[in-house]
Amino acid sequence: MNSTRRDILKLAGTGIVLASFLKGTAASAADADTVTIAYNVNLPAWDPTVGPSAVNPTIQAIYRSVFDQYVGQKPDLSFEPGLLTGWGWNDDKTKVWMEVREDVSWHDGSPFTAEDVVWSLERAGDPATGNPIQFVWSTIGNFTIDGNRIEADVKSYEPTLFKWMAFLTGYVMPKAYFEKVGAEGFERAPIGTGPYKVDEFQSNGFLRLKANEAYWGGKPAFDTVIFKFVPDASSRVAEIESGGSDVTLEIPYEEYDRLTKAGGFSGTAEPISDIGMIFINDVEPLLDKNVRLAAHHAINKQAIIDRLLSGYGVPIDTLEAPEYLAYDPSITVAYDPDMAIKLLADSGFSPDNPVKVTIQTTRGFKPKDYEMIQAIVGMWRKVGIEAEIEVYEIAKHYELRANDQLAPFAFYNWGNAIGDPTTSTGFAMFGPSPHSVWDTDDLDAQIGPLWNEKDEDKRIAGWKAVSRTIADNGYVIPLLQYVQPIVFRDGLSVVPNGSGALQATLVAPAKA
Amino acid sequence: MLSSRALRQVVFAIVTLFGVAVVSFVLLRVVPGDPIAMMIAPGASAEDIARLRAAYGLDKGLVAQFVIWLGHALTGDFGTSISMRQNVVHLIAGRLPATIELTLTALAVGLALGIGAAVASTLGTRRLIGSTVDNANGILLAVPDFVWALAFVLLFGVAWPILPISGRVDPRLAIDFTTSFLLIESLLRLRLDIARDVLAHMIMPAMALALPLAAVILRVLKGALESEALRDYALLARIRGASRLRVTLRETLRNAMIPTLALTGVQFTFMFGGTVIVERIFAYPGIGNLAIDAVINRDLPLVQGLILTFGLIFILINLAVEASFALLNPRLRHG
Repeated sequence: MNSTRRDILKLAGTGIVLASFLKGTAASAADADTVTIAYNVNLPAWDPTVGPSAVNPTIQAIYRSVFDQYVGQKPDLSFEPGLLTGWGWNDDKTKVWMEVREDVSWHDGSPFTAEDVVWSLERAGDPATGNPIQFVWSTIGNFTIDGNRIEADVKSYEPTLFKWMAFLTGYVMPKAYFEKVGAEGFERAPIGTGPYKVDEFQSNGFLRLKANEAYWGGKPAFDTVIFKFVPDASSRVAEIESGGSDVTLEIPYEEYDRLTKAGGFSGTAEPISDIGMIFINDVEPLLDKNVRLAAHHAINKQAIIDRLLSGYGVPIDTLEAPEYLAYDPSITVAYDPDMAIKLLADSGFSPDNPVKVTIQTTRGFKPKDYEMIQAIVGMWRKVGIEAEIEVYEIAKHYELRANDQLAPFAFYNWGNAIGDPTTSTGFAMFGPSPHSVWDTDDLDAQIGPLWNEKDEDKRIAGWKAVSRTIADNGYVIPLLQYVQPIVFRDGLSVVPNGSGALQATLVAPAKA
Repeated sequence: MLSSRALRQVVFAIVTLFGVAVVSFVLLRVVPGDPIAMMIAPGASAEDIARLRAAYGLDKGLVAQFVIWLGHALTGDFGTSISMRQNVVHLIAGRLPATIELTLTALAVGLALGIGAAVASTLGTRRLIGSTVDNANGILLAVPDFVWALAFVLLFGVAWPILPISGRVDPRLAIDFTTSFLLIESLLRLRLDIARDVLAHMIMPAMALALPLAAVILRVLKGALESEALRDYALLARIRGASRLRVTLRETLRNAMIPTLALTGVQFTFMFGGTVIVERIFAYPGIGNLAIDAVINRDLPLVQGLILTFGLIFILINLAVEASFALLNPRLRHG
């Protein structure tokens, strides 16, 4: 008995020592000068102009915290001066000009110059560097520098050139530093001109940023910003609920409602430039216009949003969301199951004799993606469309889409942070684009001339007409515009960004 | 004798690794998911796609790709990660220490819990102790590591927030270590603040990995101990007046550990597999977490490097288990 008592005492003693050793280690993010963001994706690489990361919209929030873009973009998606204070074409659009911001420094203290801009643009346009948007950057060349003014020849007119300067890969890189340290050295110690400097980075772990005191846009709100990479949604919920992080995003809508109603947390849930849609492939049985239109009319989008997404979402009938430049509210495709039944009957189909198709979808890639498709398949069944669901990974979707081998219906999401019709309707629906699925001459003939249209009003009107053609013929089924849930602790304010990029500068202490 | 046996094992390990390399190389290129398709920009032309494919060496035939890869691999160059744009060896070497520290901690916890419970259950004279241990063991065996992970997050991260939920170390700590073995180096440098923080981050993932292992050890060791206790040498020791505790610890435990060790080796390799999901849940920056990102991004060079790393780990664990047999059982030392 004595030895047992001694053992218990030893055990208790060990427990006390261990408890005191670990005391205070539960991470608390509460610190007036620091904000911790539980972020939903890891940052794979630092160069924002090359490789797969460069075209990943979710990572842009981190890039924008460290680097500056040629052209800035406000949270409402309108454009503003960035490292360029002015830009434009000459009258006949054979030349472009850019005014470079003065009194800007790189994070290593060296001055930012017009040479950095020209070097960055030439590098981006060089096919050898592997910039995924090279096809845009290579449309200008023969740069000349005069003080802080740059001019270049237009090799082929690209109406969205300056919009891309605020979008994917549109970042200015440090010429002298990059040439000195090389690509691998830059990955180890990246510098930019942005509001925050990289202090410590552990891939798959965290990123710690320090305020750039000399930032041309003014000193940032926090001395330190920490991005914790927490890809699992339930772990992100636990992070903010436990106080381990101050801000998080992209959590289930039910959790968003629970946390923001529980007290201690605030939140924003605003539409972003990301839509859910169903691609239609130009294969049987969808060569029949009646079947395509019936499939669209049979879907009650609002019911899907209300019942599956807790009301967070905006139903859309074209690939242009309301904030986009070529949005036309007069183009609608009504929820009308009776019309769907009639259209199918005209083609010889009915609930007793349904048309049979396959629909592909991801599962868990976007909120309730599989469940949405299940609901749609249920709605289709009532009007006479019998769809078999095939689940695939997103990588498989990309491969099938690039090879034009998708099933007749395929669910996908499409982002378009610059809101231009070329980067939504254009690339999604123009046959020669590697991303298009519907591929017919009538639509390609209508879209073709718009790529290089120099009259902006005519260009936008042309894209609206394209959207109408698509809706009238049922070439795609737009479903909804996503809403991005962001939760943050009381005492903070977060400005929701229409592009979905939660960059560090959008978080600030709440005003009393 | 020993050297020829060691040589045989090294040759076998090389052949195994080559087999793993061939199979994984082929499978990675046969399964759906084209890494180039994932990085095509909206307006890219067919020429742009072909250029990207050539830049990553994916435009050549499967055999040619493998020969090129093998040639480089033999010089220690396993290529550059497509998604992370860094040398694959450097990437894995940077993450492996985190996983090694986590799994070794989990192994130590699993062994301590499993052996402790097995010995206690064997020595316990009351039926209640035995049945309680058996029932608890049934639960431990039935619940997989990732469920423990989620339960711990809920219990010790949210309901009673005493432990950090994610990461390996508090991002606010300044660490200027020369290696990525944060726990070991912090202890060696007597940086107890960092050691404490690293341990705190490790407790929940290590426990999640350790509990299923402890359950297996408990079941096997308890059976082995009971069996050994009935053998002549154990009965003789008892007749001579040695206590059950003494006989168990000094006599039967050593023999009972041999089958347990074999199973622990197998389970330890499974534990490395388990790190993939557990590290993801706790956002723990080890090779398991890296593997998920690599697979999602279809980062073929990195996935290939990780598969080989896991293969090498499995082989090394098996060699270590065999060596420990020899230590425990002198007869095995002489073939």
